[in-house]
Amino acid sequence: MEKRITTPITREMARELKCGDTVLISGVIYTARDAAHKRLVELVEAGKPLPMEIENATIYYVGPAPAKEGQAVGSAGPTTSYRMDAYSPTLIACGSTGMIGKGKRGPEVIEAMKKYGAVYFGAIGGAGALLSDCITKAEVIAYEDLGAEAIRRLEVKDLPVIVVIDSQGNNLYETGRAQYLASKHV
Amino acid sequence: MREINAGQITEVVRRLCIEANCHLPGDVKGRITACRACEDWNSAAGILDRIIENYEIADAKDVPVCQDTGMACVFLEIGQEVHITGDVAQAVHEGVRQGYADGYLRKSVVRDPIRRGNTGDNTPALIYYDLCPGDKIKITVAPKGFGSENMSQLKMLKPSDGLEGVKEFILKVVEDAGPNPCPPIVVGVGIGGTFDKAAFLAKKALLRSLDIRNEDPYYAALEEEMLERINALGIGPQGLGGRTTALGVNIETMPTHIAGLPVAVNINCHVTRHQSEVL
Repeated sequence: MEKRITTPITREMARELKCGDTVLISGVIYTARDAAHKRLVELVEAGKPLPMEIENATIYYVGPAPAKEGQAVGSAGPTTSYRMDAYSPTLIACGSTGMIGKGKRGPEVIEAMKKYGAVYFGAIGGAGALLSDCITKAEVIAYEDLGAEAIRRLEVKDLPVIVVIDSQGNNLYETGRAQYLASKHV
Repeated sequence: MREINAGQITEVVRRLCIEANCHLPGDVKGRITACRACEDWNSAAGILDRIIENYEIADAKDVPVCQDTGMACVFLEIGQEVHITGDVAQAVHEGVRQGYADGYLRKSVVRDPIRRGNTGDNTPALIYYDLCPGDKIKITVAPKGFGSENMSQLKMLKPSDGLEGVKEFILKVVEDAGPNPCPPIVVGVGIGGTFDKAAFLAKKALLRSLDIRNEDPYYAALEEEMLERINALGIGPQGLGGRTTALGVNIETMPTHIAGLPVAVNINCHVTRHQSEVL
C-alpha cells in the first residue's frame, strides 16, 4: 500500500512499514556513500560525536551530480547498497532507522535491522533526474573534501521509494521475484 | 595527409560527454518503451514508467539521466591519412575536464585505486586507439557507471566447456548481479582473444546499437536466445520481479588460442550511454 511519511522515522514507525509498501518520504535525510560511511564508523569507534543527529536518521546512499542554476541538487539516484554493509550495522546500533539505496543487503545488516528496528528502502536506480526533482534543499554538512561523496543534509518532498526489506527481515527481492515466477506457472 | 588540430578533438569530446550523459540513444529508449509495452507484471510496468519519465526529464532539462556520470571511456578510430597536431591524449583529457565541468556532471574518478583521492575533474579518461583506413577520426564517448561495472565478470573457460559453458556463464553473471546493477540491464559479451581482449570485446559490444544483431547468424541467434533466457529469470526491473531483466544482449568475438575459451560479461544498466561524432 502507498504511505506518506515524514522524517525523522522513529523505531515504531520503522516497524510499521512492511515489505512491498510504496512510500513517499518528506523531511530531512542525510546522504552518505562508501567514504563517508568509513569516516562515520571511525568516529563511532573512537567515541567521538557524529556530524549529524543519528538518532532516527534516514541515510540516502547517493553522490549527487552538481546543481545547475535553479536546482537544489543535480541528478540524485541511489548507489548500490552492499558497499555500505560493513558499516550499516554500526550506524543502526547508533540509532539510524532508515536506509535508501538499491540492491542486495548482507545478513549482518538485516540482523541489525531486526534487532533495533530499521527499514531498507529501494529507490529507482538510474532515475537520478526524476529523484532530484523531489529534493528541495541540499547543504554539505561534513567532508567537503570528498566532493560528490560529502555528507549532505537534504530536504525532500514526496521522495518515491519502496520498502524492500522491513524490520522483520522480509525481503522484496526474494518475494517479488518468486511471486512473478509463480504467476507464470499457474 | 589531412591535418587535424588536437583542439578540435577536445571540443568534440567536451560536447559528447555532455550529450551522452543527458540524452539516451534512440535504440535504448526504443527498447525500454517496447519492453514496457510487453511487461505483464504490474509493479514492473510501474517502474518502467518511472524510468521513461526519468529520461524524458533529462531530455527536457538537459540534466544527467543518472547521477553516476561514469568514467569517460573514449574510443578513437583514427584514419591513417590523418596527421594530428598536438597531444591527442591530453586533448581528450581536456575535453573530459571541460565537459564534466560545463555539463554539471559528477566527478567520479579517484587518482589511486587503493589510496583513493578524487581527481576533481573526472580525468583521466580511458582512451582506446584504433588505426583504420581513411582520413577521418571517429570519436565515441561512452560514460560507464560503476554500479553495473562492478557486477561484470570474466572467466577463462576450457574449450571442452563449449557453447553450453558460455551460456551458463552469462546466466550466472546476470543471476549473481540480481538487483544490484539497476536492471533492466544491457549485457555485453566478449568471447575469444586473450584475457584482456575478451574484456575489451565485452565493453565494445555495449557500444553497438541494440537494434543491430551480430553479423554472424550463429552469434545473432545466440544473442536472441540469451536475451530470452535472461528475461525468463524473473529478476525484473530493479530486481523486484518481472519480465524485463535485460534490454539486449550484444556479443563480440574473435579468434583465440587452441587451449582457451575466454568469456567476459560486461554489464550495463538501462542508462546505456554512448555518442559518436566524425571529424
